[in-house]
Amino acid sequence: MGVAGCEPEFENEVTNASYSAGEADFSRYVAVGNSLTAGFMDGTVFRSGQMYSFPNLLAQQFALVGGGAFTQPSYADDVNNLGGLPLPGFNTRLIIDASAGGPEPIQGTTSITLTPQATAFNNMGVPGAKSFHLLAAGYGNAAGLSAGLANPYFVRMATNPNTTVLADAMSLNPTFFTNWIGANDVLAYATSGGVGVDQTGNMNPATYGGNDITDPTVFASVYSTIVNTLTSNGAKGVVATIPYVTSIPYFTTVPYAPLTAEALGGAENITALNTQLYGPLKQVLTALGQGDRVNMLSTETPNPVLIKDEALANLQVQLTAAFTPLVGAQTAAFIGATYGQARQATSADLILLTTSSVIGSAPAGVPAPFNIFGVTYPLQDQHVLTNAEKTLANSATDNFNATIRAIAASKDLAVADMNAILGALVEGLRLEDGQIYTANYFSTERLSTTLFSLDGIHPNARGYALVASEVIKVINEHYGAHLPLVSPAYLPGATVLPSN
Amino acid sequence: MALTTAAAAWAGGYRISLQGQKQLAMGHTGTAVVNSAEVLFFNPAGAVFLPDRFNFSIGGNLLFARTGFQNETYNWRASTENMGTPFEAYLSYKTTDWLALGLAVYSPYGSAVEWDRDWVGSHLVNNIDLKAIYIQPIASVKLSDKFSVGGGPIFVTGGVEFNRNLTRSLTNEQGMRSDVTIEDKGVTAWGWSAGFMFNPTDKVRLGVNYRSEITMEARGGAATFHDLPAFAQAIYTNTQFDADLPLPAELSAGISVALSDKWLVAFDYNHAYWNVYEALTVKFANGTPTSVNPRNYKDASTYRVGAQFKPNDKFAFRAGWYFDESPVQDGYFAPETPRNDSMGFTGGLTYQIMPKFGIDFSFLYLHFDEVDNSYNYFNEDGQNVSFGGTYKNVVFSPGLGVTYSF
Repeated sequence: MGVAGCEPEFENEVTNASYSAGEADFSRYVAVGNSLTAGFMDGTVFRSGQMYSFPNLLAQQFALVGGGAFTQPSYADDVNNLGGLPLPGFNTRLIIDASAGGPEPIQGTTSITLTPQATAFNNMGVPGAKSFHLLAAGYGNAAGLSAGLANPYFVRMATNPNTTVLADAMSLNPTFFTNWIGANDVLAYATSGGVGVDQTGNMNPATYGGNDITDPTVFASVYSTIVNTLTSNGAKGVVATIPYVTSIPYFTTVPYAPLTAEALGGAENITALNTQLYGPLKQVLTALGQGDRVNMLSTETPNPVLIKDEALANLQVQLTAAFTPLVGAQTAAFIGATYGQARQATSADLILLTTSSVIGSAPAGVPAPFNIFGVTYPLQDQHVLTNAEKTLANSATDNFNATIRAIAASKDLAVADMNAILGALVEGLRLEDGQIYTANYFSTERLSTTLFSLDGIHPNARGYALVASEVIKVINEHYGAHLPLVSPAYLPGATVLPSN
Repeated sequence: MALTTAAAAWAGGYRISLQGQKQLAMGHTGTAVVNSAEVLFFNPAGAVFLPDRFNFSIGGNLLFARTGFQNETYNWRASTENMGTPFEAYLSYKTTDWLALGLAVYSPYGSAVEWDRDWVGSHLVNNIDLKAIYIQPIASVKLSDKFSVGGGPIFVTGGVEFNRNLTRSLTNEQGMRSDVTIEDKGVTAWGWSAGFMFNPTDKVRLGVNYRSEITMEARGGAATFHDLPAFAQAIYTNTQFDADLPLPAELSAGISVALSDKWLVAFDYNHAYWNVYEALTVKFANGTPTSVNPRNYKDASTYRVGAQFKPNDKFAFRAGWYFDESPVQDGYFAPETPRNDSMGFTGGLTYQIMPKFGIDFSFLYLHFDEVDNSYNYFNEDGQNVSFGGTYKNVVFSPGLGVTYSF
């Protein structure tokens, strides 16, 4: 109705002019980093998920205060919104199949191609990249894919086969940047269950395996180069710390002691297992002074899984010798080889998310009754991040984070402490609206408040909103800006389908 | 009757104080005012004191209500603009010197608020349309020249339609937000009102009126879910619902004083027993979990003052003011009835075209201070979460009526 003059007017009306950039200039914002910057979630990058990358969410807030256009690598070829890549091991996005339970890749074949887009994008996040990869020439050269020298995600982006991620980022002449790199320098080791090695002392990253921990000096040198380059034209920015593995659901979801009496097939089975395996094993180990490696299975409380711990003294020979009179040489040799470094897991060990489907399954080529993973056959190195491996990963994280802080301080850059934020999720992080978000990996009761995507490592859209808000808080604090936060609550969580 | 009652909620809760053009212009006082057939609403005991044998008043308002909402933390901005047309019709007939009979039709409760679909508060309300029409036969009995009583049963017919999104983030596979509509029409209920009037002198009237609580019991209404993702279609299926919505009791007391032949002043006090509105509880016929939405209203009072000046037989001028407390408590401030305390400024006039026939004009402007408040009881995954910000309301309403009496 056209009755004028009676609009509700606020004393301080919220308009775009309510917000300010402070000392920052967001006109050309460039984000560098890895999967966490690319908007990777549910195990892949897919068309609709990429919209919720934290840099894209940030850019929408920057647009209020002079931020320019923000481009991301095109996923227009992901016509069915499945994600994935046309390469082995790059599955379609994970969904919850309500009829089956657990997460699984959505049915269908990816339509994403590796066709080079040959464009520098504002979002230069490259899934899988470690710190030194940002400086690696040829990281976007399709010819290097088979040798593991190139990254398929960067192949899609690189302006030319010989460019580097950082060079392409700098070609946009950023006035503001975010740099969240370094997680893969330690996380790849952890997600592999500690299969890789700690490369401390090896100054040549070209010789590193994919699951290795980067040498701290190499990391510092590379990180320094990245930051020096990004700030070379006077750009301001935010760098982010690396999360501990203990803050990530991939490592904290599967309990170390999931073997209830029911899971073990009842009291009768437990008695049989104790009589035939755990009892004799404990007896022999006790005689060898290592009795605490294994305890008898309980019918009352859930029992820990059996794991192989490479840090233990290998008692293969002693076990073989002790069991030979009992079961004969051949079986005793098998027992020695199998249980020489076996022990039950403790609360200090982290069972990987992907291991949940391994527990109880049959290892290939192992005869009964030794063919039950986690019960009669130890989970292997790649299934568990043992306490020692976890400690190594966390201390490397501390080391890298100290480097990140020191380099940031030297350039007066803001630091988003994502390690602290994700760590708070373990206890429960209460946001401004009163909702408490936790690192609960997934439960249908908490469909609206899960921040991690189904891969258990990467945030979902909601989690990236939390990341964006935390980055905004440090921008507001450090650069005297005034930017609105992004509420995670309104963004989507896991995709649940009735069947797949 | 061509008029409809789709009224925006203003004043406390979903009470709408627009039940007579003459009395509205006097700050909606009237418990102790004998001016026209409008007294059937304000205090039925007064009808028998009307000087004419036959009194008829009919009128309606155009009610414009606008609400702005903002939250600077998240850069949320929203506004809603709603129009309603509450009406009233009163007829009284004095059968003998001591008995008047009457019929009153009015719409004291209603709410129509429509926010932009899927706005940031859509998990609390997308739109609501609540209607209740009161139809009341009345008897007014003069016990002496100084004292009368009156009252009658109230028949209420109404309906409600309410839509909100199910959660803050659930969508179907196409990204459309999942929502639910509950709708029930033709809900009926009974109540009553009664009052007395006492005239200690020929210049002074005192009045007390009570209108009972009426609970609108929606039974077997339709609950319809939209845009559900496939997996949730097993959880939420279209069904029937039961819900109770209280229309609270109201006690009014007033005094009017004729200062001269030309001047009349009136004061009213209203007390609405809103505490009955503890929660909007929607029970579903199938397994869908009961939806409990705490309201926790408190009783609320309104303080009114009004004056009338009649310089001659052709004109009467009126003005008034009132202060209206909101029944909504801090932390329960929902965008479905986003009202805080307000001050009403009223004015109006009557032009008497003929001695028997007059036209009434009225105007109401409601002033609200902007308010920072929130609704803290939206349950999401077992945790109460808050939705709030700064609200600012503007309400105004021109009204028109006619009075015929002989």
